Amino acid sequence: MKKQKIQEEVKAVEAEQEQTTFTEDMFNFVKEDESAAEKMYAPSISYWQDAWRRLKKNKVAMASMIFIILLTLMAIIAPMVSPYTHDAVNFSAMDNGPSAEHWFGTDNLGRDMWARVWMGARVSLFIAFVAAIVQSTVGIIIGGISGYFGGKVDLFLMRFSDIVDSIPFLVYVILIMMIMGSGMAPIIIAFALTGWIRMARLVRGQALSLKESDYVMAAKGLGASNMRIIIKHMVPNMLGVIIVTLTMSIPNAIFTEAYLSYIGIGLQPPLTSWGLLANEGAAVIKTYPYQLIIPALFISLTMLCMQLFGDGLRDALDPKLRK
Amino acid sequence: MENNVLLEVKNLKKCFDVGGRKVLTAVDNVSFYVRKGETLGVVGESGCGKSTTGKTIMHLIPATSGQIIYDGQDITHMDRKEYLAFTRKAQMIFQDPYASLDSRMTAGDIIAEGMTIHGMYNAKERKERVYELLNTVGLNKEHASRFVHEFSGGQRQRIGIARALAIGPEFIVCDEPISALDVSIQAQVINLLLELQESHKLTYLFIAHDLSIVRHVSDRVAVMYLGAVVELAESNELYENQLHPYTRALLSAIPIADPQVTRAKQRILLEGDVPSPIDVGAGCKFAGRCSMCKQICHEEAPQLRDVGGGHYVACHMI
Repeated sequence: MKKQKIQEEVKAVEAEQEQTTFTEDMFNFVKEDESAAEKMYAPSISYWQDAWRRLKKNKVAMASMIFIILLTLMAIIAPMVSPYTHDAVNFSAMDNGPSAEHWFGTDNLGRDMWARVWMGARVSLFIAFVAAIVQSTVGIIIGGISGYFGGKVDLFLMRFSDIVDSIPFLVYVILIMMIMGSGMAPIIIAFALTGWIRMARLVRGQALSLKESDYVMAAKGLGASNMRIIIKHMVPNMLGVIIVTLTMSIPNAIFTEAYLSYIGIGLQPPLTSWGLLANEGAAVIKTYPYQLIIPALFISLTMLCMQLFGDGLRDALDPKLRK
Repeated sequence: MENNVLLEVKNLKKCFDVGGRKVLTAVDNVSFYVRKGETLGVVGESGCGKSTTGKTIMHLIPATSGQIIYDGQDITHMDRKEYLAFTRKAQMIFQDPYASLDSRMTAGDIIAEGMTIHGMYNAKERKERVYELLNTVGLNKEHASRFVHEFSGGQRQRIGIARALAIGPEFIVCDEPISALDVSIQAQVINLLLELQESHKLTYLFIAHDLSIVRHVSDRVAVMYLGAVVELAESNELYENQLHPYTRALLSAIPIADPQVTRAKQRILLEGDVPSPIDVGAGCKFAGRCSMCKQICHEEAPQLRDVGGGHYVACHMI
């Protein structure tokens, strides 16, 4: 009985299947649209656009960047629009605390601190940026030559940099000051003489590894000259690392300038800088603490933002380094 | 020596200093020739000097000694002008399609680079030519403006091939062009290379370690072991009638897609490892692992010699 029932069921299913047999005329060819297959749904992004997108997502780095930009703008504009100049002495308003008239107060000669802080920002930032750019340029050239050409050139340049590096920074500063006197130029020169070594070593390492890379080999095989390989292939591929190091060397320069001025071998008054302001403020810390706190705050905030921005930039430019 | 020889390599040697007065001999006394329009396959294990041979021929790394003759001219030492002329005739396709393309450039720029260097065509013609080349290698012109990280491995290798083709070479060194690709993509790229050989009348030096593919693409095959060519013969002759004990062991390792054949097959298993290429002594390099090894093998290095019909072997015992 049971067997019969199953057989009947099977027959019924078979009959049903026969009815739904597919024949050729039931089908149509779908027109193939080749252009649709290659349609780009997202725009093509270059390396830099991609890095910028990643940087934008990093809130801390973006906030730091905005702070740095505002600071730079203020350093340029504020001294121009301020009713007081940084070196105008006013003996009727000495050591006044912050007020509506003098936003950051006045110092012991009655000079407006607001004007002095922004003039100091100008000097500090100028020294830092120029020093960073000069250092990096020298470092890139020396490191690039050393790494790309290798051999004896490399050996000579690297030993030379070791020798330069072995002499303390302060010795350079004091020697240069003895010859040139105080001012911005000797400080920048001292920075340039010593700061390039870090960049040179970094670029040398990059150049050493890049010149062995397949795409540089390929460019060579296409007949590219050394110049073309360096400019078209090596530099663009090193630029990320270079920019990060450059950004990181700016806070370093700001700080070094500040401490040189603070210990009295940097800039001399009436020229001013954050370090010099802090130095003057430190003398009166017990009576007028705001004179130290204000410049110190600017130094710390600027360094912090530069560091955070540099960090964010490194993450954005080299996603491989991210945790 | 036969006619139609495009490239001839004579006693090529490449040594690297590895510090401590030690010398690594990557390529040791390699001699062979490539005829116009043929494919010479070069096989061997990793580290046997295949790629170094290819790069030395292309002057990407300088040769230590020996002679490279291209189209009847000695090109072992070239000045910049001669080298530029040489690069127009000979190009190279690299192994790793990820490392061999500059990730800061678009596909179009990469393909056009050779033409820019050689000052071929004006900007507009170059663009046209890039589209044409993309088409030749099976990509579309929409791909020209994309950056390399937006391509798959197979597509990247096609870009690498287009770059090599761009300045119209007649000789291409294919340095393991497919070993970094998926098996399904390998076949596509191999077929592309074969089609291009047909249509562009190309001569290939095809370096690979996949024995079946080398048999498929090559007219003649050279087997390398530890920097030296041990056997060189017509492709079929080599695969049917190999003489050198190393070649025999190597070829017996080819997997066959038939379990019955595989089970019946005798695998020749070699003992030991490939010795270090640093400071190799006199004698046959294979002596330490060879089953036919005699006294002479340890004393004198065998020379590559013709045993009839263009079949060359470097072995004392044959």
